[in-house]
Amino acid sequence: MTSAPTSVNSFRSMPDPDGHFGNFGGRFVAETLMPLILELEQAYKDAKEDPEFRKEMDYFLKYYVGRPNPLYFAEGLTNHLGGAKIYFKREDLNHTGAHKINNCIGQILLAKRMGKTRIIAETGAGQHGVATATVCARFGLPCTIYMGAKDIERQSPNVFRMRLLGAEVKPVTSGSRSLKDAMNEALRDWVTNVADTFYIIGTVAGPHPYPELVRDFQCVIGNEARAQILDAEGRLPDEVIAAVGGGSNAMGLFHPFLDDKDVAITGVEAAGHGVHTGHHAASLSAGRPGVLHGNRTYLLMDDDGQIKEADSISAGLDYPGIGPEHSWLKDIGRATYVSITDKEALDAFTLCSEKEGIIPALECSHAIAQIMKTAPKMNKDQIILMCLSGRGDKDIFTVAEALGVKL
Amino acid sequence: MSDAIIGGQDRIAKRFEKLRAEDRAGLVTFVTAGDPDPETSFEILKSLPGAGADIIELGMPFTDPMADGPAIQEASNRALAAGMHMRKTLSLVRGFRDQDHETPIILMGYYNPIFIYGVNEFLEDARNAGVDGLIVVDLPPEEDDELCIPTNNKGLSFIRLTTPTSDDKRLPKLVQNTSGFVYYVSVAGVTGAGSATNEQIVEAMARLRRHTDLPIAVGFGIKTPAQAADVAREADAAVVGSAIVSKIAESLDENGKATDNTARVVTGLVRELADGVRNARK
Repeated sequence: MTSAPTSVNSFRSMPDPDGHFGNFGGRFVAETLMPLILELEQAYKDAKEDPEFRKEMDYFLKYYVGRPNPLYFAEGLTNHLGGAKIYFKREDLNHTGAHKINNCIGQILLAKRMGKTRIIAETGAGQHGVATATVCARFGLPCTIYMGAKDIERQSPNVFRMRLLGAEVKPVTSGSRSLKDAMNEALRDWVTNVADTFYIIGTVAGPHPYPELVRDFQCVIGNEARAQILDAEGRLPDEVIAAVGGGSNAMGLFHPFLDDKDVAITGVEAAGHGVHTGHHAASLSAGRPGVLHGNRTYLLMDDDGQIKEADSISAGLDYPGIGPEHSWLKDIGRATYVSITDKEALDAFTLCSEKEGIIPALECSHAIAQIMKTAPKMNKDQIILMCLSGRGDKDIFTVAEALGVKL
Repeated sequence: MSDAIIGGQDRIAKRFEKLRAEDRAGLVTFVTAGDPDPETSFEILKSLPGAGADIIELGMPFTDPMADGPAIQEASNRALAAGMHMRKTLSLVRGFRDQDHETPIILMGYYNPIFIYGVNEFLEDARNAGVDGLIVVDLPPEEDDELCIPTNNKGLSFIRLTTPTSDDKRLPKLVQNTSGFVYYVSVAGVTGAGSATNEQIVEAMARLRRHTDLPIAVGFGIKTPAQAADVAREADAAVVGSAIVSKIAESLDENGKATDNTARVVTGLVRELADGVRNARK
């Protein structure tokens, strides 16, 4: 595996020892959790230095997750759009059908090293919940998954999956009854059961060291993709692109390309009903820096600092914040963040299904929608590499309803 | 600000001096600013010292109170639904301070509303309103540059939470920039959940006193006058929050609005708690 070169002025050297990405990140948590957070930081440092840990990770990524997954030339979509060549990094082909499992393998191995005997997690679309329930089943640890009551309604297949895998799924009815509230409830559980419980955070957010360690576990996406595109095309892509909710699949793809200065980096947020309507999840495009869930980052909020509810057809993007490293990349201009509406994402969902025979998750349909806008304007010898972060089977009920089809 | 005005750290220190002189622990009562509406909340606030509260903790409402149990979450929601925001919280304190120059008021909550207000402007306005100290749940010592140090520089107290997970290794860092008093969270968990045993509290007090000479207030899980009395025998103050806030919730009508009973049930409970605390060492 070739990984990207790093230099002294690398964009890949963040965070600093206190967990800051420029002005973002940090450790904004209740004191009860601090000793554990520091213990986790040390455990992760030790694990990184331990070849046995790496070996174990690689084993499970290969034989359990099914990595490496292919970098696929999306010829149908490329021909249809008539511009840049489009490649999909096929995270949808992983065991459990999304990129979330990469991180869960890493964190459950850490949890076992730390001697923790119980796992908790939050989930939005249910993909991270399913991935967590899966590794808990595999490694024999009991787990409790917090999920917003609103998300339980719109992602019932994943709820059933988690229960089949032996997880306890706890509906969260407080606040907006979606991902941010599930995270609040998971933090409340953690603070209560701090001695034996490991919190597997599903995205590149939360207190340090989570944004760093989740990113590192997801970097397998970008490391593989970088080697695969060099293999297929003999050069790096002109653009890498991914959807961002909390931003873990995007960070995993982007990070190995950060120092490749000729590669444009684009994150696609959920514009919901449209950023101008106020009903969206575009925290980078329409939010401002604040502090929530352990880190400073761009958030959707009012003038009093009260957090606003996010809105997106995609439960996985329905979060009023974003990982702190994305906030930093936006501010320094290394990455560009755009937004796509529910309607545009639905069109992309349909088009990808028809032209590629791949039903994409609603999350990454946002990235496909952005490609539909930009690829036709690009030259045929240009290359776009997109993270197809998950498969769309879980979304068929939501999409059917949006399209007015009764199942 | 003239030196003649007593405020901030002085007011808290004077209150603990008085408690020591009376050889008793203090009662710290928590209510959320604006719960269930700004007017009733002001009425409740004014009644607290007369009912026996020695120090008042006033919650700054926040949409995402991650360290709070259902009772205080709902109090926050009621206040926000009634149009509460930070400037109104500070005016509530100003109104209280016009009539009471001695009872310390500690604002308690989460960092984001303060960060968005602007740290320096907030501290200036809070001090001018008559606030004496801050408890901000999501600011551990690792983030002291954010608010703790500016607060101390302004002459207000930054009161740190210590917890059952604060061991001898961690405690020196926790008490380092703390002023006013130290708050001991007696159970690992959210507000309003389980209670610590007497033995656990005695052991924790001994551990804390090895690291600080500041007064120690104990909170979390104290619901009854008897529990408050138990704590008052060991600690310098007992903090009651969720139990008071739950009384407010119980007093509301079917539309969630305040009734004639709302302020009365709060003062009733505070009076009983104060009796428990005041008689604990007799």
